[in-house]
Amino acid sequence: MSLEVTGVRKSFGRFPALDDVSLLAENGEFLALLGPSGSGKTTLLRVIAGLEEAETGSVRFGDEDLLAKPVRQRGIGLVFQHYALFRHMTAAQNIAFGIKSKPRAVRPSANQIKAKVEELLNLVQLEGLGGRYPSQLSGGQRQRVALARALAIEPKILLLDEPFGALDAKVRRGLRRWLRELHERTGLTTIFVTHDQEEALELADRVAILKDGKVEQIGTPEELYHDPASAFVFDFLGDSIQMACEVKGGMAVIGGVSAPIIGQKPDKDGPATAYIRPDGFQIGPKDGEGLGARIRDVLLAGPDARIDCVIDNDGAVEVRVPHKAAKGLAPKDRITLKARAVRVWA
Amino acid sequence: MTDAVARRWRFVEPSALPGFKPAMGFTMVYLSFFLLLPLAALILRPWEHGWDHVWKVISAPRTLDALKLSFGAAFFAACINAVFGTIVAWVLVRYDFFGRRLLDAFVDLPFALPTAVAGISLAAIYAPNGMVGKVFAPHDIMIAYTPIGVMIALIFVGFPFVVRSIQPVLEDMSVEVEEAAATLGAGRIRTIIQVVFPVIFPALTAGFSLAFARAVGEYGSVIFIAGNIQNVTEIAPLLIVMRLEEFDYAGAAAVGLVMLTLSVVLLFVLNLIQSWISRRGA
Amino acid sequence: MYLSRPAKNPARRDPTLLAGVMIGVAIIYLVFVLFLPLFTVFFEALRKGFGDYFRGLADRDALSAIKLTLLIAAIAAPLNTVFGLAAAWCVTKFEFFGKNVLLTLIDLPFSISPVISGLVYVLLYGANGWFGPTLDAWGIQIIFTVTGIVLATTLVTLPFVARELIPLMQGQGTDEEAAAATLGAGGLRTFFLVTLPNIKWGLMYGVLLCTARAMGEFGAVAVVSGKIRGQTATMPLQVEILYNEYNFVAAFAVASLLALFALITLAVKTFLEARFAHELAAQRWR
Repeated sequence: MSLEVTGVRKSFGRFPALDDVSLLAENGEFLALLGPSGSGKTTLLRVIAGLEEAETGSVRFGDEDLLAKPVRQRGIGLVFQHYALFRHMTAAQNIAFGIKSKPRAVRPSANQIKAKVEELLNLVQLEGLGGRYPSQLSGGQRQRVALARALAIEPKILLLDEPFGALDAKVRRGLRRWLRELHERTGLTTIFVTHDQEEALELADRVAILKDGKVEQIGTPEELYHDPASAFVFDFLGDSIQMACEVKGGMAVIGGVSAPIIGQKPDKDGPATAYIRPDGFQIGPKDGEGLGARIRDVLLAGPDARIDCVIDNDGAVEVRVPHKAAKGLAPKDRITLKARAVRVWA
Repeated sequence: MTDAVARRWRFVEPSALPGFKPAMGFTMVYLSFFLLLPLAALILRPWEHGWDHVWKVISAPRTLDALKLSFGAAFFAACINAVFGTIVAWVLVRYDFFGRRLLDAFVDLPFALPTAVAGISLAAIYAPNGMVGKVFAPHDIMIAYTPIGVMIALIFVGFPFVVRSIQPVLEDMSVEVEEAAATLGAGRIRTIIQVVFPVIFPALTAGFSLAFARAVGEYGSVIFIAGNIQNVTEIAPLLIVMRLEEFDYAGAAAVGLVMLTLSVVLLFVLNLIQSWISRRGA
Repeated sequence: MYLSRPAKNPARRDPTLLAGVMIGVAIIYLVFVLFLPLFTVFFEALRKGFGDYFRGLADRDALSAIKLTLLIAAIAAPLNTVFGLAAAWCVTKFEFFGKNVLLTLIDLPFSISPVISGLVYVLLYGANGWFGPTLDAWGIQIIFTVTGIVLATTLVTLPFVARELIPLMQGQGTDEEAAAATLGAGGLRTFFLVTLPNIKWGLMYGVLLCTARAMGEFGAVAVVSGKIRGQTATMPLQVEILYNEYNFVAAFAVASLLALFALITLAVKTFLEARFAHELAAQRWR
């Protein structure tokens, strides 16, 4: 069964947090909501969980209308950014809380609950730590208790709000891989929120990019990277250089040189902005064709050579070229820059 | 020789800021005059007629009854305030209703209203011919001039402590734990009892201690409604006044010293309980 | 205009029945514990009409009680203000041996019964007191005089200003004073130009609470004053005297004036808390 969000709107005062958001998460999918802060990604997560109320729109799981149910009856697991563990309960008590909250008729026996908690502690690799209070656990361990607690209610969907946000970089990388494996084992439809594009692209089956409360694009990491639907997506997923150009017959003319436009082509000729990745340039000798520029610095550390230069009558750019293309270049040299291919959005 | 030993012991750490000596000097002189010297008298004077006299005063049934009443009524008043103070704090913090801010401002009334004013007012309300008293009087239920009346006065003076202790904790409590409980399927009442209450419990015991301590020593608001019947509604502070009027300074001091010692011990115990509770989940 | 609104957050929304019961219980409790006594003061004072009310207030003894009460507050509050400033300066700007003992001592009057606060001065300066006879021989009387009332009131209200200033100044640290020192400012200049502006609202808050309590103190004052009408009877004592004489209207008339002071205090306090929340420690009253 899939989770289907249709036309959801939500505003805080006059600020529209979600503006007609629709998306679909397939059964068992690992979906990332990616966007800058204030883009509405956490609000969307909270609407799905039932912690915010949508003004219009629907959220359905299969043929079940989730918005019609109060938060307590939705059966959606939510892992909070700062875990929100109950400080006065041990890890095991935290995990058991949701099961013990079930109506008496469907509540398992004390022994079954105990066994279930043990099983979950094993699943999140916290064997033997069930008796510890949250204050006696490390950040990564707390995060896993929170996850086990959410899984304990056997949720239909698992939601994670910035699951690695509060952890340091090293712990974060280890947990990321582990979470991916866990997802493969549980097969649970999972949606997580992040503002880190690297994390989203590495972890998710598909990524939805949000901006100002709207879904900009949704697709696999590959699709997004190679076929961004808007300048925003292009810019958000990597470094980008923007240049003024003239669109003429399906080509973009920059500094007298035509470059092919990839992806969507604008229907009208005329002035536009071209978007290029830093490695999308060819450099030529000072009397070559293209834009004239003067080198400020050449950085040779790293997989590519980075050339920091100032385009004549324009601003500074940093382009990346293979090391062999940068051979012999030095600050104050003059070069020419030619875009190999560009993207233009109307 | 370690550094710690080698370093000369100092009363005050060196500082670039001026004024320690005059400020400290003034503080000490002031405290000595207004607090330490008077306390020394309280501690030393009971013994001037010997142990026997102290024992006679303390073990007198009248003293024991007064102490029992003061501590007992203070305890029950603090318990009642703990229950209703928690409800009032919850209502003031969590519900948005017409008149909330006004009610909130009035919570401090017992702090601001002089105790004698509260005392005559409560006496007027609960006397057999008073507004509330006359409702109960036909059923032969007396409120004023009974230990119940004493307790009502102590409820009044202790009321703000519990509310004001719990309020900031409830306000600062992160919404996330309650959200977590809700997403885990817990009902509201279960969440309040199992998730919210443990968080406010240390503040509740703190408020309880303050209300209790204040009520034990209370005088002004009680004496009017109590009727001051020997062995029945005579509170310990009143007994001190009685002893003083008989010029039995040692006896008065003895009762005062016992009250102070009992309060300090009880507060110490309550403090221990409180720190034990908050350590458990800190 | 609305009667009540549900919580914005669905996770914090209590069932309507629960919320209704809680609000109902809270309001009933507040009405009985707070509003009924307050209402009764004014009701009883005006029971026989405004004529009797104002006759009760215009009485010579009542007027002298008002004057005495203001005088006591005018002495005790400034004394404790100077003490509060000195103590807070030591405690918050310096590290010294025994600081915690000092803090405990400052708090101690809160845990002492007011009656004991009066008693201790009788033990010292009363006719049977340690120093009483000696002072008496020199012609100095303390107990049953205004001096005794000032002493007892000062002890009861001793912590108020210090208790407000200490957490406030602790939060502000010593950086600004240290900066002033490096710029060559002397102690008094630093205090008046750097420290005082930072704590002025907190100071005012503490002085307000201290003054209110000084005017309303009963137990401690009752023990040392001797309750001589027109001489050592403060307003609260005058209330007691009148009440015990069964002159209820006059007793409640004086009481209503004290209640009015209390309401003004509450209003000013609420205003300070709302307007200068960040410049107050707003230590709770005791």
